[in-house]
Amino acid sequence: MTNAISEIGETGCVFVIGSHTAAAHPIIGRQINRAVRNGAKLIVADPREIALCRMADIWLRHRSGTDVALLNAMARVIIEEKHLNTSFMKERCEGFEAFEVAVMASDLSLAEKVTGVPAEKIAEAARMYASVSSATILYAMGITQHSHGTDNVKAVANLALLTGHIGNPSTGVNPLRGQNNVQGACDMGALPDVLPGYQKVQDPEIRKQFEKAWGCRLNRSPGLTLTEIFEAAHSGKVKALYIMGENPAVTEADTSFIEEAISHLELLVVQDIFLTETAQLADVVLPAASFAEKDGTFTNTERRVQRVRKAIEPVGNSRPDWMIICDIAQNMGAKGFDFDSPEQIMEEIRTLTPIYGGITYERIDKVGLQWPCPDTEHPGTPYLYPERFTTPSGRGQFSPISYTPPAEMTSHEYPLILTTRRSMFHYHSTLSRKVAELNDLRGEEQVEINPVDAAALEIEDGETVKVISRRGAVQAKAKISRITPPGVVSMTFHYPETRTNVLTHAALDPIAKIPEFKVCAVKIEREIEYGAEYLGWGTGKD
Amino acid sequence: MTNHVSLTINGVNVKAPEGATILEAAQSAGIYIPTLCYCPGLTSEGTCRICLVKVENKKKLHPACRTPVKEGMKVITDDAEIEQVRRVTLELILSDHDFNCLLCPKSGTCRLQALVNRIGFDEQRLNRLNRVAKDLPIDTSNPFFDFNPNKCIQCGICIRTCREIVGVHAIDMAYRGYDLKVSTFGDKPFKESVCVSCGECVERCPVAALIPRKIEYPTREVKTTCAYCGVGCGLYLGVRGNTIVKVRGDSENPVNRGELCIRGRFGYKFVHSPDRLSSPLVRAYDPLERVAHGIDETVKPGKALTAPLVKREGKFVEVNWEQAIKYVASTLVHYKGDHFAAISSAKCTNEENYLFQKFVRAVMETNNIDHCARL
Repeated sequence: MTNAISEIGETGCVFVIGSHTAAAHPIIGRQINRAVRNGAKLIVADPREIALCRMADIWLRHRSGTDVALLNAMARVIIEEKHLNTSFMKERCEGFEAFEVAVMASDLSLAEKVTGVPAEKIAEAARMYASVSSATILYAMGITQHSHGTDNVKAVANLALLTGHIGNPSTGVNPLRGQNNVQGACDMGALPDVLPGYQKVQDPEIRKQFEKAWGCRLNRSPGLTLTEIFEAAHSGKVKALYIMGENPAVTEADTSFIEEAISHLELLVVQDIFLTETAQLADVVLPAASFAEKDGTFTNTERRVQRVRKAIEPVGNSRPDWMIICDIAQNMGAKGFDFDSPEQIMEEIRTLTPIYGGITYERIDKVGLQWPCPDTEHPGTPYLYPERFTTPSGRGQFSPISYTPPAEMTSHEYPLILTTRRSMFHYHSTLSRKVAELNDLRGEEQVEINPVDAAALEIEDGETVKVISRRGAVQAKAKISRITPPGVVSMTFHYPETRTNVLTHAALDPIAKIPEFKVCAVKIEREIEYGAEYLGWGTGKD
Repeated sequence: MTNHVSLTINGVNVKAPEGATILEAAQSAGIYIPTLCYCPGLTSEGTCRICLVKVENKKKLHPACRTPVKEGMKVITDDAEIEQVRRVTLELILSDHDFNCLLCPKSGTCRLQALVNRIGFDEQRLNRLNRVAKDLPIDTSNPFFDFNPNKCIQCGICIRTCREIVGVHAIDMAYRGYDLKVSTFGDKPFKESVCVSCGECVERCPVAALIPRKIEYPTREVKTTCAYCGVGCGLYLGVRGNTIVKVRGDSENPVNRGELCIRGRFGYKFVHSPDRLSSPLVRAYDPLERVAHGIDETVKPGKALTAPLVKREGKFVEVNWEQAIKYVASTLVHYKGDHFAAISSAKCTNEENYLFQKFVRAVMETNNIDHCARL
């Protein structure tokens, strides 16, 4: 996020696209509620009628996967009607000319056709977003989990640059990160191409610095991304896999392929707090301690590094992950893994990660600090880019992009679009499913289907149906609801007993390598055991 | 800079920002005014009439929580007449309240009980006022909390919380007169309503109308950060023995300011799930199969595996930590380089992610590390 969470409540306009905020990030959803109560305008762009739509000034119900068309059309309106922030663009941006050509290439009526949103409504939203003094864009996986997710993100950034809605309090582009410490895991270099603090692996200077600190030689070529790892495992290039606290057998796209890839491995080590679906396939399972049983820090979506404290002793014979890693490394004869406490590890992180330079346990004891925080005097950074951007030129870069359809389109055989969503009551695949009360509230998968489609397929509410894609099939109960538009069905993936991701498509974004969870083509069949008597030819008896 | 006005409360000179209420002015000056339906952070509705005060040159008593301060205002918060009015008001609230305090889980933290102790009541009058106690059914549909309308004092804090803080509008007042009650849409059980079970109303209920299903008092609290989503709410884990029994929001935290959602408040129970792994597990292969899996123990005679590896095809065998670590370490040695890959966790701490990538890069000599940021 470029801004702090608490700034959302003070903004003049909130534009939410591809985020079911009230369910996935409830506390940020409340900030939107606060902003609206303070008089802010709310624009929601989502194919599904999410809870926020009720309080929105404008709801753009665009078709799944047509975000670029929608955002480009908004940009076109802003340019045509001269809502541009020209002084901001002149001082801080570049590449506008090429962008303008790309945006002007398609007109609003085409956007209307592609997105299914009336042109006038798109224009109204563009005006509303551009005309306020402070506006913030919130987006989540609805933008990124597409085969052109990077394009979507760039299209969002273009809007902010056109209007100068970035670099001020309550004004910016705010991707809402999913997991509690997904931000921190990225910051710490749990990525194939960067070392801690987003320092490139390919940079020899950076490598030298780390080699000196760690006393080793570092591999110069960037590694494989998550999805590529499983491809490499499948083809036998990767022979051993060590998974810490993840459950790809449920959460990855096209999970049948993942399971097959795992079966090709020679060694799979899984370190987790539960015997997850992935751990059941492992050769070695190491029991880890939960967040309540260890010290450390998490970094949240607004880049705030906060303390995690040990409240209870590790349950059973489990151990904190950091101890296990240290033990294995030391057992392999490696140096530099003799830590006594997470605080010592943070001290090492501090010296090698400039953006964390000023983070000490003492300073974040009460309230966390937001990085970049280069030294111990620095107060942290609530909002990013007040003066320059982190591009080589320091200027915001307009990206000319054009709409590309999703990788998998509906066909005669698979006429419906499946889009995955998240439930209010559950969280990914494991943790919340272990809480009996949460299962009581929502204990099984529900396929949301519009009454129009349900009527056409003669499906009744609560009936078990079979959802089939080109990759697999699952059974789940149908829930007839107007939340999803006609032609679209929606499922969560919280229930390992209903592996939604057997259906999803592993088409990757070429740059971010993110799978297209939000669009895949499916068909639905009724799952009724027709008793012979219903079929009319009797049971043989009279 | 907002303008300040000066007024006197009980003869004491008080300065307050323009637009503040008498109650806020009094509280900032350290003067106590009893309240019941007032809740910081919510709009004041002035329904309970407990905070009535006298304003000079005004005929009626005014609710302190809704009356804005004015320059030169003279306020009396406490005298015999106000006391009398408050006492009758309280008796009216008590008249249809199910006040069996001894058996009430809220006893001791109940704000109504505290007011009764402070303001008192006339027993005879209360007996005369006392109608037959309500005997409405208790809504136990939600697994985390119960709603007992017989305890409800209709202060409306829960309704305002749901509307103003959570933005869900799951509950409102229904029916009229004596039948007035807090209800979901269509008077359905909570579980079937749009309620998101976040428990914010339960947290704020001044009496035992909305009450957690299971109340356990912690012996100590540990400040930490929620482990569910990326918002990173601050919370306190209430611990008793080696068990987490309660979670409450950290009001100092700028992210959530004391608020929590359903997962943060009630989802901690996975920590004590009986399904938690309690011992390292190794899959037992027979020796032939082990060769097929490329595990060659002769190269590094760690002997970690021999003891626990009973021939039980494809089943997990419990081993101790020393054996497990040795096994993993001695096996991983053979996979250094790009044959190895690791998946780190967005659930683990920064320190653990740092260590893990350091392990992969420095010890395993590869950059094949990623985590679920893309999922």
